Amino acid sequence: MSLKKACAIAGVAESRLGVVPDSTVMTLQAEAMVAALAEAGLEKSDVDAVFSSGNWGRLPQLQAAEYLGIRPSYSDNTSVGGASFEFHLGHAAAAIQAGLCKVAVILYGSTQRSRRERRIFETHTDLGYQYEVPYGLPIPVGAYALAASRHMAQYGTTSEQMAELAVATRAWAQLNPAAYRRDPLTVDEVLASDMIASPLHRLDCCLVTDGGGCIVVVSPEIAKSMPKAPVWLLGQGEAHSHAQISEMPELTVTPAAQSGKRAFAMAGIKHGDLDVVEIYDSFTITVLLTLESLGFCKPGESGAFVTGGRTAPGGEFPLNTNGGGLSYCHPGQYGIFLLIEAVRQLRGECGDRQVADATLALASGTGGVLSSNSTCILGLE
Amino acid sequence: MAEELPDPDSAPYWEGIAAGELRYQRCGACDAAIFYPRSICPVCGTPDPAWQVSAGEGVVHACSVIHRAPPVHKDEAPYVVALVDLAEGFRMMSRIVDCAPDAVAVGQNVRVVYRDDSDGKPAPYFAPAGEV
Ligand SMILES: [Zn+2]
Repeated sequence: MSLKKACAIAGVAESRLGVVPDSTVMTLQAEAMVAALAEAGLEKSDVDAVFSSGNWGRLPQLQAAEYLGIRPSYSDNTSVGGASFEFHLGHAAAAIQAGLCKVAVILYGSTQRSRRERRIFETHTDLGYQYEVPYGLPIPVGAYALAASRHMAQYGTTSEQMAELAVATRAWAQLNPAAYRRDPLTVDEVLASDMIASPLHRLDCCLVTDGGGCIVVVSPEIAKSMPKAPVWLLGQGEAHSHAQISEMPELTVTPAAQSGKRAFAMAGIKHGDLDVVEIYDSFTITVLLTLESLGFCKPGESGAFVTGGRTAPGGEFPLNTNGGGLSYCHPGQYGIFLLIEAVRQLRGECGDRQVADATLALASGTGGVLSSNSTCILGLE
Repeated sequence: MAEELPDPDSAPYWEGIAAGELRYQRCGACDAAIFYPRSICPVCGTPDPAWQVSAGEGVVHACSVIHRAPPVHKDEAPYVVALVDLAEGFRMMSRIVDCAPDAVAVGQNVRVVYRDDSDGKPAPYFAPAGEV
């Protein structure tokens, strides 16, 4: 069964982003939800479903709903890392299609920057404890570095090519007033930044910021009477293949290979039909691997694909138009911001960074250590 | 590796390491080589895979020189973490030792060596080997 046009996105909003010391995970989510519901012309009392993926505290789904004062009749805490929100959108569509709910909020908030909540070196997972943790691989960056090393050895991909992606993404951030890093960036500066885990330099890595977001998802019936043009879910796929990098079936092929295929088939579109693409950029290599796995280029060709400013403003392949996790914001689980930007591009609200006449967008989230992916294709009527 | 706590799945593995053997599992039904130790074959779902002993010879599948190490390993950086493909058909994470970190490359032949950790318990590492 297809989820095509089973739901529409009626409202999107960020909370304050960047460094927000006078906030908590709850206040940021509240901020974003109030703004997103206002956009949708809906009240909190209209909300009957909650989707979130918090990594704070005990039973975060219950905490978020309690704080916000929502007693949902449909609830989903699917938590598969940064891709969780693309999973949520698919799940919300299915629930709405089944008649189980009508108005869903997808929520996220993090104060990892100000409260130093991000345990970047927290490598203690039950399964890896005896077989990975002892060797001192920093998670997640070390796992992505291993994948990058494999891609370079297998295909001749270079650090310069990965740096090109960071530079193009920064150029988009320069057009986004909400972006955290807006100073110019060169390939040489990326290559000269500290090596964290070879071949990944500091500027191959995403930001560490605070931030929250909310997406309001509604039934087709409610979408008819919305203040803004509804943005429809046309296709969605999801997949996960492993939890630990040593268990990844192929280090250069992400679960986007499965989820992307399903999303394209459901939407009934081809790659060339898309106007704007938002791909999770936890690290530069994440984008290169995802481009290949989604089929935008052949295996091994992503380095060339992003070279020469092709993904920068004015380039032929508008990618990560908000400045991405690399330069705009990255509060731990970034995937909700991919959807927010895709919706705004389709509505034509993006000012200096607006991609002209955008009617079809793709948002592809990746979580864990290249572990999970969900890809959503969105479009106007 | 002071916090190593063998569990029912891993006890035979750690007993092997203590005896100088790199043990892994093989499924009796589908012949899949299995690592890390499990109670069920992740390929075909058959329970209770059998224990076997690896010759400890492998190839570096991927590697990274870690410069910004987790706090407990800070004094050890830079060091090389690698995924090693063992000849018997399984992959494991380890470190490559006994060579300069920048000298380690994908495709390099390596052989298991055992090193005592701070608590005096041995663990498997890999060192460069000649042609296998
Ligand atoms: Zn089997």
